[in-house]
Amino acid sequence: MSVVAGVFFALGVVFNIMGNVGVILFPDPYTRLQASSTCSTTSILSIFIGCMFLTGWGPMFGRLLVITLFFFITSPISAHIIARFAWKSGVIPWRKIPPSKRPGGSS
Amino acid sequence: MVQWVIRFMVISIVASMYRVVAGPTVADRMIGLNLVAAQTLGLLVLISVSMNRTILLDVALVYDIFGFLGILVMARYFSGGKGEL
Repeated sequence: MSVVAGVFFALGVVFNIMGNVGVILFPDPYTRLQASSTCSTTSILSIFIGCMFLTGWGPMFGRLLVITLFFFITSPISAHIIARFAWKSGVIPWRKIPPSKRPGGSS
Repeated sequence: MVQWVIRFMVISIVASMYRVVAGPTVADRMIGLNLVAAQTLGLLVLISVSMNRTILLDVALVYDIFGFLGILVMARYFSGGKGEL
């Protein structure tokens, strides 16, 4: 049981590093939102499953299950809310060529 | 083993506070706050499992609920108070 928990903890650490690097390095709120949402769902899921393997069957397992279900309902919803807020407040998506130098593009 | 993951999570929370401090727009800061809230939830669960206390998991659940409500209220406030949320 402990070995499986260690494998899941290692997966969570790797996903967490990837998400943090993406959030720091990406140029645009939408890409940053993608990195942040992926990081939070996969890494926190791996850590919760590792904790479930570590505790075994009991009262802690049930509470961990409730926390996991609630987190996996609310995390995509909050990511969607942030993306909708960014789109409505007029954030322009990032392009490799800036809009003023595009050939034939007026906007 | 859990102790090392706890140390890594503390360092990772501090590193992801960079986007909250230096985000150019409001949406960037909200993304950073969402990430920090998720990692703090993981940290609370890890601390509870390592101390073997069941009562701290209830604290983690309430923290999760209030983090979600915080993002909701912030999105409504910064969009002028008349969103569809």
